[in-house]
Amino acid sequence: MAIPARRRIADVLAFGFATLATVFGLVWLTWILWTTLSEGAKALTPALFTQMTPPPGSSGGLLNAFYGSAVMILLGLLIGAPIGVAAGTYLAEQGRYSKLASVVSFINDILLSAPSIVIGLFVYELVVRPAGHFSGYAGSLALAMILLPVVVRTTDEALRLVPNQMREAAFALGMPRWKVTWQILYKAARSAILTGILLGVARIAGETAPLLFTALNNQFWSATLNAPLANVPVVIFQYALSPYDEWHELAWAGAFALTAFVLILNLLVRFLARKGARK
Amino acid sequence: MNATLAHEPELASVPARRSGAGADRLFGLVTVGAAWLVLILLGGAAASMAWGGRLAFKTFGWHFVTSREWDAVAGHFGAFVPIVGTLVTSGIALIIAVPVSIGIALFLTDIAPRWSRGPIAMAIELLAAIPSIIYGMWGLFVFAPFMAAHVEPWLSDKLGPLPVLGALFSGPPIGIGMLTAGIVLGIMVIPFISSVAREVFGAVPTALKESAVALGSTRWEILSRVTLPYTRSAIIGAIFLGLGRALGETMAVTFVLGNAHDLSLSLLMPSNSIAAAIANEFTEADTDLYRSSLIALGFLLFVVTLIVLTIAKLLLLRINRQLGRTH
Repeated sequence: MAIPARRRIADVLAFGFATLATVFGLVWLTWILWTTLSEGAKALTPALFTQMTPPPGSSGGLLNAFYGSAVMILLGLLIGAPIGVAAGTYLAEQGRYSKLASVVSFINDILLSAPSIVIGLFVYELVVRPAGHFSGYAGSLALAMILLPVVVRTTDEALRLVPNQMREAAFALGMPRWKVTWQILYKAARSAILTGILLGVARIAGETAPLLFTALNNQFWSATLNAPLANVPVVIFQYALSPYDEWHELAWAGAFALTAFVLILNLLVRFLARKGARK
Repeated sequence: MNATLAHEPELASVPARRSGAGADRLFGLVTVGAAWLVLILLGGAAASMAWGGRLAFKTFGWHFVTSREWDAVAGHFGAFVPIVGTLVTSGIALIIAVPVSIGIALFLTDIAPRWSRGPIAMAIELLAAIPSIIYGMWGLFVFAPFMAAHVEPWLSDKLGPLPVLGALFSGPPIGIGMLTAGIVLGIMVIPFISSVAREVFGAVPTALKESAVALGSTRWEILSRVTLPYTRSAIIGAIFLGLGRALGETMAVTFVLGNAHDLSLSLLMPSNSIAAAIANEFTEADTDLYRSSLIALGFLLFVVTLIVLTIAKLLLLRINRQLGRTH
């Protein structure tokens, strides 16, 4: 039975469009990655890791920015991840059938997509204004708040995937609930929870908006968290918008390092998730 | 603890060991406390911004959202331009991202060879992993010049002379502006919409599609008459999710929108968005009223995105329930 030409053409057009749409999406990815790679490779020098961010018009490195970013991500992780795992545990275990858990789960999903600049303003009001100055602590806190919903969601999902028989067997042996969770469920879900935390780190590593009003930036080496702290995203932001070529180059180098870090983490997460699924 | 255990009678009847009871209580308290922190985070953010913005709201009242004037020197702040800029750029983003995302989802569920589906889907999802500041830098140094050199002259040549529509595409091709920002935003939300669309397209019962095939439908007719109607609420949910992302996106827009507080009909002209205004001006805000106005902007943005994301979540909950999932 022949299909009328009009319907056949509509069919071909739709499928041509779908293919083009996919190519369209992939073209942007390639274009952006290529730009970052080629511009970043040009700017990549050993000085990047040994020198501080320079004053306008001279060359330098990003050592203080790398240090600041690393410290803030680490501290954000230390604050955000345990709270996130605990809250995720409540959603999946203690509170699985409670009203509170469904409300928290709902709000958490909204926080996942909420604008991160708002978190920056919140921490500004909460910490920076009362303290009277920008600080690495404030930046870490903002990053922790962005990490939190990611970890909550993935912990919740990871624990729900643990078969119920494991819980029942453990309870049947007379284990108290905390021990069941701690020694059996966490162990069973360990790689999935870790994957979620890595995903959260990838997310906060590139966050710029929440750091603008919390950690701000610092042109000099400063190890203390109780003062404005240099960090890669804000350095990229300020240097890219500056009129100086040397700063542009450093911004590209920072962009390259940031993108490489985030993409490698993402690929690692996918690899781990696939390995976990095969098991 | 007891209240929650009551829902699981088989567990409540387990006699708690003396050593376990106290630790259990503590562990329960810690996890409940952490769960409450999630709620406090949202409530605290909203409350602190309402509090921080109170001076602006009190000083300007409704004029804060209706006034076009944003003059730091005169101390008058009206948010009309950033609000319009946010809505217009997000609108452009959706016009681009929605058809493209549905196309990608269709390609990945029905057209692509099976072996290539995983890698292509992963590549599209990587678009969501690229930090937004990278989009911003690429937009400023690569994409905006490209728009200025190749796309915008063509647009203002071909569409500029048209009545009505022409006004949208008039003006000098400077590359920085609402159109460029909207396109960059569109690219950024594609992965969010397409991954939901792909998931729900894959969940359409095969029997439904097979029935349509048996009735002689073409593949386009299956998509338009079976798949899309079946997944409608999830697709709309995904679109709202993308909208929520686009409204609140900061860094990429800050780079390519131009930070201009003038209202212009032309999409080729620079404008401002709520998030970009905050990012650009907050550290320069030297008066209490200025700072309060920016925080008030943040409050508006937060409330609007929360509403949009809540709608998204409710729509997505419905399809998840249809698919028999808990969340």
